[in-house]
Amino acid sequence: MSDFTSDFWAWYVAVITLASIIACALLLYTCSTERVSEGGQTGTTGHTWDEDLSEWNNPLPRWWMWLFYITIVFGLAYLALYPGFGNYAGVLGWTSTGQFDDEQKQAAAQYGPLFEKYLRQDIAAVAADPEARAIGQRLFLNYCAQCHGSDAGGGKGFPNLRDGDWLYGGEPEAIKATIANGRNGIMPPMGAALGGDDDVKNVAHYVMSLSGRTHDELRAAQGKPKFNSTCAACHMPTGRGNPALGAPNLTDSTWLYGGSEATIMETISRGRNNMMPAHKGFLDDGKIHLLAAYVYSLSSPQPDKK
Amino acid sequence: MSTRHDIIEQNMGLLIVLIILVVAVGGLVEIVPLYFQRSTTEPVAGLKPLPALQLEGRDIYIREGCNTCHSQMIRPFRAETERYGHYSVAGEFVYDHPFVWGSKRTGPDLARTGGRYSDEWHRIHLSNPRDLVPESNMPAYAWLARVPVDAEVLPAKLRAMRKVGVPYTDDDIAGAAAAGEGKSEQDAVVAYLQGLGLVLKNVR
Repeated sequence: MSDFTSDFWAWYVAVITLASIIACALLLYTCSTERVSEGGQTGTTGHTWDEDLSEWNNPLPRWWMWLFYITIVFGLAYLALYPGFGNYAGVLGWTSTGQFDDEQKQAAAQYGPLFEKYLRQDIAAVAADPEARAIGQRLFLNYCAQCHGSDAGGGKGFPNLRDGDWLYGGEPEAIKATIANGRNGIMPPMGAALGGDDDVKNVAHYVMSLSGRTHDELRAAQGKPKFNSTCAACHMPTGRGNPALGAPNLTDSTWLYGGSEATIMETISRGRNNMMPAHKGFLDDGKIHLLAAYVYSLSSPQPDKK
Repeated sequence: MSTRHDIIEQNMGLLIVLIILVVAVGGLVEIVPLYFQRSTTEPVAGLKPLPALQLEGRDIYIREGCNTCHSQMIRPFRAETERYGHYSVAGEFVYDHPFVWGSKRTGPDLARTGGRYSDEWHRIHLSNPRDLVPESNMPAYAWLARVPVDAEVLPAKLRAMRKVGVPYTDDDIAGAAAAGEGKSEQDAVVAYLQGLGLVLKNVR
């Protein structure tokens, strides 16, 4: 409230507010001092319309008058307790940010020890705790489900977290690092480097052969040297990928963008570009720890899990 | 019984003046001072006017009525800051003409969407939200990817914003058309969404 460009505005608010309240009180007072005279005689306004139509000049009923007085008292009390009267902060010293900070402190006192407890345990141990997994799942639904799905099953371009197949490694610490720092999943467009569409198709058939998909053997044989000279740098000569780079294993049946001939060709010629944002800063260490444990538990059987 | 109210009721001029005072007092006390408060008129540290493509994205955001279902106003409650990030402050919106705070959340608040998802996510999501979030009831905006941005009008939009006080430089305006060249409306909306709320990102 104290950030007016000039003190004039604080006075401006205070004076108009007070003047309005006083004006309301005066108006109310002048209109309510006159009571109906003894014996119930009330005058009329003195006008007569349509021969015999006149208007009573009754004062405001008392209950109504008192309601108005109560609103005035309420207004004054409010201005005394809460900020609103110019620069005056109010007896209670209330601010919306102060209320928010109190709420945060209360939550920290209530939930802080719980997060502390789990932070002291390693992720595998946290994952074995059903209560921790339940907390982790709620956090997951809030922060992760938009991309990985509410069942963590992923989607095209967004990894499935339940299948035990990991681009960057599935050790608890690797999962935690992924959540905290994010990942950049970039495959550059390789169409030009490989040659023409025909070369791309050949390499695609070689890639399909790696995981035992139906493929054209002649094309696969022609694609193999290209794969070894170009793709193997990241996907390794065996095609098993490289978790240090996030290069997918091409010999299994897990496909991030799809494993059909057309999709593989699209991936090779146009590249893929997706990223997981870093959550450090947005989420504190306690939450990331629990999330890592929940994600880890999804693909590693836990003793008490059915 | 006196008839003192006659004084007001029988003087039209006085009655009009008093009515105007009564009607205006709320605005005079609650609205006028906002124009002279630092927190509502000065940008927060680091706030920059939207780049041309993002400004175009904002116009498309308004055209498609995104603000009907998405607010851009995180209130200072723990339940909101846990989900969205730091609560919104007035100084973040001083370059918004008009502001798009919204008043209803059918979808989530977007005040701090910037950087929360990948560009790729936004493209898929705008084209068909259910490809990513099966539970979503957001309509698909698939045509945005096919409609090119009208880059020619961007300098005029920046000039209009400058007229109402957004500090665009001459260089900004000169480069506006080039910024929109060859972009689709989807590019513009994604750029806008990815820029939302970054000033107070990761502030807790």
